[in-house]
Amino acid sequence: MIPLGFFVALSAVLFCLGIYGVLVRRNVVGILISIELILNAANINLVAFNKYLGTPDGMGQIFALFVVAIAAAASVVGLVLVIAIYRNGKSIFADDYNLMKW
Amino acid sequence: MVKFAHLIPVFPFLAFLINIFFGKKLKDTSAFVSIFASTISLILSVVTFQGVIAGEGSYSLGHWLTIYGTPLNFGVTVDSLSVMMLLVVTIVGTLIQIYSVGYMHDDPRFPRYFAYISLFMTSMLGLVLADNFVMLFIFWEGVGLCSYLLISFWFERPAAARAGLKAFVVTRIGDTGFLIGILLLFFVGKTFYFADLAHVSGNEFFLTAAALLIFLGAMGKSAQFPLHVWLPDAMEGPTAVSALIHAATMVAAGVYLVARTFGLFVAVPFCLEVVAVIGGISALMAASIATVNNDIKRVLAYSTVSQLGLMMLGLGVGGYSAGTFHLMTHAFFKALLFLCAGSVIHAVHTQDIQKMGGLLSKMKVTGITFILGTLAIAGVPPFSGFWSKDEILLEAWNSGHPILFWVAVLTSLLTAFYMSRLIFLVLFGKPRSDMHAHESPKTMTIPLMILAFFAVFVGLIGSPMTHHAFQGFIKFEGHQITGEASGVGWIMGLSTLVGLLGIGLAYLFYIQNNKILPAAFRSQFAFTYKLLLNKYYIDEIYDFLFVKPCLRVCDFLSKFDFAVIDGMVNSVAEFTQGCSEVVRRLQTGLVQNYMLVQILGLIIFILTVSAFAQLFLH
Repeated sequence: MIPLGFFVALSAVLFCLGIYGVLVRRNVVGILISIELILNAANINLVAFNKYLGTPDGMGQIFALFVVAIAAAASVVGLVLVIAIYRNGKSIFADDYNLMKW
Repeated sequence: MVKFAHLIPVFPFLAFLINIFFGKKLKDTSAFVSIFASTISLILSVVTFQGVIAGEGSYSLGHWLTIYGTPLNFGVTVDSLSVMMLLVVTIVGTLIQIYSVGYMHDDPRFPRYFAYISLFMTSMLGLVLADNFVMLFIFWEGVGLCSYLLISFWFERPAAARAGLKAFVVTRIGDTGFLIGILLLFFVGKTFYFADLAHVSGNEFFLTAAALLIFLGAMGKSAQFPLHVWLPDAMEGPTAVSALIHAATMVAAGVYLVARTFGLFVAVPFCLEVVAVIGGISALMAASIATVNNDIKRVLAYSTVSQLGLMMLGLGVGGYSAGTFHLMTHAFFKALLFLCAGSVIHAVHTQDIQKMGGLLSKMKVTGITFILGTLAIAGVPPFSGFWSKDEILLEAWNSGHPILFWVAVLTSLLTAFYMSRLIFLVLFGKPRSDMHAHESPKTMTIPLMILAFFAVFVGLIGSPMTHHAFQGFIKFEGHQITGEASGVGWIMGLSTLVGLLGIGLAYLFYIQNNKILPAAFRSQFAFTYKLLLNKYYIDEIYDFLFVKPCLRVCDFLSKFDFAVIDGMVNSVAEFTQGCSEVVRRLQTGLVQNYMLVQILGLIIFILTVSAFAQLFLH
């Protein structure tokens, strides 16, 4: 069996990639994709720990399914916002939108 | 027996509520609402009057509150004095409201006017019916409020707004004293009830102080020297208001208060002397001012101060019946005189009597009722003023106050003189300016005629013809004037003589030699004339002594407020603003900046927690 550490390492790498993407991508769609990476890193953790800790009711898997469903909904909202700001400002680069500054 | 006297003030209050909330919709009907309510009160007052004759008395509506362990009831005074006041207030009030329909007919705030009048009726009737100081004080302030509202009814005119303010502030001085007096009396004499005043006991000094302070309230309300300055200015209000509030009813409330608390004043005779002397000073001073004033309403206002002074004088020398009798007759004839003046002003649109003249031929009803009212106030028998004034003179003489007696006689002479001067200048002679006078509408003249009837005949109920029915009805138990009525005959003769003399002098001055004599007197007694014309400079003295220093203090306080108080508050605000000026640069508006800070924060948090865990868990 693949040791738990591998899964955790994979998850950590994915998470860091996600954070990096969120922070450096200018394109809003890219930011949304990076957020999906972060969520999936969490999912891997959930599933892996469920398997290794041997909880019989499969709570981790169910949780992961929830996360997937909610992530789908969240990205729908995110994409709608992207379309909205694109229609307003003709740009999908995050640093073009600094309306909320002082 | 049915107890409903407490309903008397309720109907005008309902009328007030209706008119104040629905006045704009009701328009002219609002007058009907007020007059209707007032008429119901009048009918109830008459029934109450019959009840008093049948022997009904005061009653209580139940417990109201407890003050320092002393219970206080909602009491209703039903006795001869209160019922007399009820009748005067409702009769005069109803007639004046009918008159107002004509007088105020195209005023834009017509319903508002009637709402205020109804509120005034409520307060005045409540004041009369109160059986303790606390209730009386509440209604006392109520009439003061209505007085303020109605004096400055035409608040677009700065003079009216100022006059309202002046009335409010000057009476406030009296009212403050009154309130202190009430509390002092409560702490010394342990009572708020008028009924207990006859046998109130306690520290002599404090009782005297309480009585004097209560009298201060009466002085403010009844415009007695030195608090009389507001009443002449109050003439800025509508004339019907002047008639109702500033002649017949509210200003008489001070006299009523002294009569109501007469037991207290009798218990401390010194205060009674003060009442008499203040009354005498006011009577003579105001009468002398009235002889030179040229404003038809102000002459009447000074006349009111003077007559109220006579009432106070009458009460002060122990003439309980005499003072209240004069209160009643005065209410009728002075209301009549004011309404006549209102009718004249309505017709000629000026208040300067030097510009009037010869109006009798153009305004028959107004003119004749005006003359009847004048004869009543001048003390010509058998008109009402004669009988009541005569009673006061009699009391003053018999109680051993010769100086006050001659003051009252002199006041009577002056009264006859200035009132005759008024009607000679207004009604007789030739018009002295271009006027297109016309008789006032029926709704104004009919109240005049009814009031004239009262002004002529109401005195008879206190005359020997009816064996002094009034004095038998309203008398003060437990106090008898010393020296049973001596000199009835010669005093009556003297008072008639004085009245006729005054009228004769006025005739000499203003009809026969109207070109030469007044002018000659004016130059002969230039100083006196100037003094009188400027009302003894009392307003100027007050202005110098009180108003100016007060304004200066206010000015300082306002500057202090702006510089120090506001300065402190503003500098706090400026400091906050300065800080935020620096800090707000952090808000870049870039989502990713925020995200970065968030993640750094999270990392620092995790590191800190794990460092602590390392340190303390192992």
